[in-house]
Amino acid sequence: MSPDSSSEGSLAVKVEKVTKIFPNGDTPTYALREVSFQAMSGRLTMIVGPSGCGKTTLLSVICGTLGVDSGDIEVFGSNLKTMSDAEITRFRCLNVGFIFQQFNLIPTLTIVENASIPLILQGMPYRKAEEKAAALLEDLGLGKRIRSFPRQLSGGQQQRVAIARALVHDPRLVICDEPTASLDAATGHHALELLKNSACNAERCVIVVTHDSRIFSFADWIAEMEDGRVVKSCLATDYHHG
Amino acid sequence: MLRIALLMLFRDTSKYVMLVVGLTFCSLLMTQQSSIFCGLMLWTSATVRNIGAQIWVFDSKVEQANEVIPLREIEVTRVRSVPGVEWAVPLYVGIEQARLGDGSFENVQLVGLDTATFVGRPMKITKGRIEDLRLPDAVIIDQVGIDKFRKKGITIDIGTVFEINDKTARVVALCHANRSFLGQPYVYTTYDRALQYAKPQRKQLSCVLVEPKKGVSTKELANRISSLHGLRAFERDELFWATIWWYIKNTGIPISFGTVVLLGVIVGIAIAGQTFYLFIYDNLRYLAALKAMGVRMSTLAAMVFLQAFSVGIIGYGLGVGLTSFFGYKVLKAEQPPFFMPWQVPVFVAVVVVMICCFSAVIGLIRVAKLEPAVVFK
Repeated sequence: MSPDSSSEGSLAVKVEKVTKIFPNGDTPTYALREVSFQAMSGRLTMIVGPSGCGKTTLLSVICGTLGVDSGDIEVFGSNLKTMSDAEITRFRCLNVGFIFQQFNLIPTLTIVENASIPLILQGMPYRKAEEKAAALLEDLGLGKRIRSFPRQLSGGQQQRVAIARALVHDPRLVICDEPTASLDAATGHHALELLKNSACNAERCVIVVTHDSRIFSFADWIAEMEDGRVVKSCLATDYHHG
Repeated sequence: MLRIALLMLFRDTSKYVMLVVGLTFCSLLMTQQSSIFCGLMLWTSATVRNIGAQIWVFDSKVEQANEVIPLREIEVTRVRSVPGVEWAVPLYVGIEQARLGDGSFENVQLVGLDTATFVGRPMKITKGRIEDLRLPDAVIIDQVGIDKFRKKGITIDIGTVFEINDKTARVVALCHANRSFLGQPYVYTTYDRALQYAKPQRKQLSCVLVEPKKGVSTKELANRISSLHGLRAFERDELFWATIWWYIKNTGIPISFGTVVLLGVIVGIAIAGQTFYLFIYDNLRYLAALKAMGVRMSTLAAMVFLQAFSVGIIGYGLGVGLTSFFGYKVLKAEQPPFFMPWQVPVFVAVVVVMICCFSAVIGLIRVAKLEPAVVFK
């Protein structure tokens, strides 16, 4: 089933017969085998599957942090294969927000400084960037902690900072890698709720990689991977039923 | 992003302090040892600086100012006969033994000045009058001598009497002179009296001091005098540098100080390089995350270089500052020798820049190899 067949959103990500091989001595590892995948704006798409099935590799390929051996990747109409490294870097800076599994908040920066990095990268003055980041942190319930350092926050609070950092520059694509892996069930559930409420809008595509079946219910669309291939891609409601 | 880079550095207190301490110690070691070396080399040329004549004439085999091969008295007349000489006077310089009132001995650097002109007189008379040197047994002693005798419980002042090679010497004035390499006090007297104090030898003239006539270049005149058989004339700067280079080439002093300076470089590279590498290593995840978020490699390189040079500048400033404070203190005591020409801080700055570049480059190699996709692992 094609994702646009049941959605009013526009096509955000189009992966076409992508193969990624990691050299591994005499027996190269096929991380992706002619994978085709699409994600639409206005929805939360989850890439699910067991460990080692290629989810994270697909995510890396989509955001241009990893090259491919064959196939095409289009993100918002831009073909990443035809872009130079510098162009891809710039593209990521302007269009992609990241939420990492380990959050990767810089421990020596306050949370407002962490959250303002994408804006600073885009050339916004520090003070203005911090003001905007502080406003978003306030919306996410961390208004009183903006001068705290990441180590002073709980896992859930750190996840909220990571969400703020991913959204502060209003990216069109938000990439989340195992967002609940470092959180307990309740906090993970809350984080996804927050992500869905704050990140999902008609102009934005959110892609979440996870193997945590407890959060599948937050997805609009689910692509299941196995052994480097997308074996199932459907509406979340259909996925749960069969 | 440069502000972010500085915040990352300054707030990592342990590594920041370690880096600054390492570079401070390295700068301090290099600046202080280089300055002491320069000071020591300056001491070797104390006689040249104290006497201050424009042209010095020695035996042709003499290579530096502290080497005395006695000349015949007639050489003064021979030098005076050279065209372009305004005047030429004899000078006696020799190490003699002074016996104090309590029977203890002290070696002194005896300087015999031309009786009529006092050419080569001490630059600063702190008490008494130079003219009194014409009185019987009169000598002028410098502050080093006063301090040395004081340590032996003897106060030197005008009127103090002691013996030089069993002959009476009476202090008529006190002076300040540049300290000699071996730290012996300078004792000034007239040339004739110096010959009486000195142990008898067939030839006793140490050198001839010469002033060129107006319009005659010192170099040209020195060449003319050197063409006389058995004589070698030095311009003042030439003798100054010849003396310093003689000590550099013929003693172990440069190796000794050079080793410590090298140690400073090694300490700097080891501590700063390793700590900075650790700092980068600890931040690799975050640098990779920044790379994934769209930070260009050139921006990351600028961040790393800024971090390296920030600690470099702070460490260098503290190191040179502490050395200057050390110099300020020791210059009052006049030992150990200390002289910090502008070349020393420039040399240390160049070394610190190299250490910072080295540290930044080894950190950057790690960063450059970093795949942004690593943040998803």
